[in-house]
Amino acid sequence: MRTVDSEEIEECIYRLARRAGTRLTEACETALCAAREKETGAARFALDLLVENAEIAAQKRLPVCQDTGTACVFIELGQEVCISGMPLAEAVNRGVRRAYAEGNFRKSLCDPLTRINTGDNTPAALHVELAQGDRVKIAFLPKGAGSENMSRLYMLTPADGREGVVRAVTETVRLAGSRPCPPVVVGVGIGGTFDSCALLAKKALTRELGSAHPRADVAELERELLERANGLGIGAQGFGGETTALAVLCEVAPTHIASLPVAVNMQCHCVRCEKEIV
Amino acid sequence: MKTLTLPLSDEEISALSAGDCVLLSGTVYTARDAAHKRIFALLDADMPLPFPLKDAFLYYTGPCPAPEGNAAGSCGPTTSARMEPYAPRLLDLGLRGMIGKGEMSEEVRKALIRRGGVYFAAIGGAGALYANTVKKSELVAFSDLLSEAVYRFEVEGFPAVVAIDSRGQSIYKR
Repeated sequence: MRTVDSEEIEECIYRLARRAGTRLTEACETALCAAREKETGAARFALDLLVENAEIAAQKRLPVCQDTGTACVFIELGQEVCISGMPLAEAVNRGVRRAYAEGNFRKSLCDPLTRINTGDNTPAALHVELAQGDRVKIAFLPKGAGSENMSRLYMLTPADGREGVVRAVTETVRLAGSRPCPPVVVGVGIGGTFDSCALLAKKALTRELGSAHPRADVAELERELLERANGLGIGAQGFGGETTALAVLCEVAPTHIASLPVAVNMQCHCVRCEKEIV
Repeated sequence: MKTLTLPLSDEEISALSAGDCVLLSGTVYTARDAAHKRIFALLDADMPLPFPLKDAFLYYTGPCPAPEGNAAGSCGPTTSARMEPYAPRLLDLGLRGMIGKGEMSEEVRKALIRRGGVYFAAIGGAGALYANTVKKSELVAFSDLLSEAVYRFEVEGFPAVVAIDSRGQSIYKR
């Protein structure tokens, strides 16, 4: 057994949150730079400003986007690790609380019914998965709601098949239109159950933009979905153009013989995801 | 690129066409979901509003806290579609336009034509860049709403695109 102090986890979450809030991933910046070369007019104007914005944010350590999001935290916890001190969730929330206060990040969480703000952006949306080994892998994904609101879950049937998956994803991107801050990144969960399918879609968003799925048929599906999305012509900010999506990332899991769940988690162009291994 | 100073005259508004890229200067009031609810509660109760609607521009945003030395924190636009239930009535009461991001409903489009208003799209996700355009910020109302409170922003060189013009032409093709 390896012992990891919960304060180490807190520090790690703090670092990841501060970094994530103030910078785009390198792959995202590269994708935005490539996209702007293809555009003219208002779409070009928008993409130029987004590239400039990323530079300003990094330089001045300002949040890239004011929606510093729900703190989505994915932890792969090696089962040979013993966490000492405070409970894991508390360590995570303490890291989030400090990062959002000290980073001048917006506190965006509230009670769903009273709408009263929790005041410190906690609780984090924490997902812990047990894994082999004695390491703790942490991914921090601040998730904005403009795009989150445009996400959808479909309970398709086996008859719908792969074609049904393509229709569902394309329809979600089309219906979202200009609202989720395109060019978007589309996280897709295929299979599992009602609940696990949505989680797969969110987890897909932690993958690097431009990375292909290791399964050849899934990678091919990702390519087709990206082509379909870009064929919609929504373009940057909905101003029209070639690039409606920067990437489509799919994750699959076995499902019931009667089911074909498809979850589509929309992510704006502001991809902020930081990872570390403790 | 056109440079405009708010408030806008009838002539200035009619000269704008969907797709025009502009730089805005002048006063805007921030308001998003929760502030709109409060504003409507005041209107329904026949109570005065905390700022004059006449010829005003609303900016749909919920800024980050301002770091030391800055007038405002990151403050890009939020999704305007969520304010669709509110915009037509406010336009009828004298509001001249809104700044947000993304398409707005047919009812909003009609209200813009009816009142000779304009809807500007700011660039969603450019929060840090917009923070730099805010020269002065003052809390106006609903401080308990934190980032959703109403602030008066004095902006300079605020980039935007005419999304729906006063003739109802829209940049969004559906």
